[in-house]
Amino acid sequence: MDKINELLTMGGYGEFIWPAYAVAFVVLVGLLAWSLRELRIHERTLRELQSNGSDERKG
Amino acid sequence: MFALANPNRFQKLAKQILPWAAGVTVVSMCAGLVLGLFFAPPDYQQGESVRIMYVHVPSAWMALAIYTTIAVASGFFLVWKVPLADVLARAAAPIGAGFTLVTLVTGSLWGKPTWGTWWVWDARLTSVLILFFLYLGYIALQNAFEDSGRGAKAAAVLALIGFVNVPIIKWSVDWWHTLHQPASVVRFDGPTIHASMLTPLLLMAVGFTAFFVVLLLIRVRSALLARKIRTLRLVQAGADPHIGEA
Repeated sequence: MDKINELLTMGGYGEFIWPAYAVAFVVLVGLLAWSLRELRIHERTLRELQSNGSDERKG
Repeated sequence: MFALANPNRFQKLAKQILPWAAGVTVVSMCAGLVLGLFFAPPDYQQGESVRIMYVHVPSAWMALAIYTTIAVASGFFLVWKVPLADVLARAAAPIGAGFTLVTLVTGSLWGKPTWGTWWVWDARLTSVLILFFLYLGYIALQNAFEDSGRGAKAAAVLALIGFVNVPIIKWSVDWWHTLHQPASVVRFDGPTIHASMLTPLLLMAVGFTAFFVVLLLIRVRSALLARKIRTLRLVQAGADPHIGEA
């Protein structure tokens, strides 16, 4: 418990250190999540358009 | 080099690189974080707050490196009219803006215990804030015009003009003796920081760079798919797919 407390307080600087790491984590992971989401959406849209196109050619 | 300007060839290369870049990201960042947070020593003046350096400094390096990449790509786009260069620059911009934001916020969190203030109009802080606005301006210009070609050209010009800010940021701590500390790593005489701190710092820098590569490849793939979608939609509607292209 003491060790965890030490880790959280970091010699009194914990209130600056952990938010700094948290901001970095949120921004970078957020960018990754947003980019992956956009990619999935585009992949799905392209698949739909391509299957529409081939349907029209068959029809 | 221009062979890479072919999107299909680029995509093939990207597919091979991506898993390696992802692996390097995970390994480097885990090692850097463990060393930086738990094993590196506290600073004799700043105590444990020096650990913020392990996210602040690599973010700052990335902010500058990515802007440089955008400026170079913009040059290729404007001079040699390479469309992929514009795709690359556009994909990189939000990543660079993100790293700049992290630099500013983590710097502020480091500044409060060290200097007693969240912000000061110091030469380096001010020029990095300007870098952040340049990124936002670049992104805004890309999206500002109906004709995406005009937006791309305007943004490329802004990127090139704004590049003057990069050496200003780098040498601001030498030219103006204001608050931000001078360089301890990228110096003519070599780094002045101890290996116990330099190692996690460099590991985080490698990790952030590899992460940038991963993100960039994802975003470029996304952008190339978006172009394909646009072309397909126009073809299926019976229109000319090359109208308004950059």
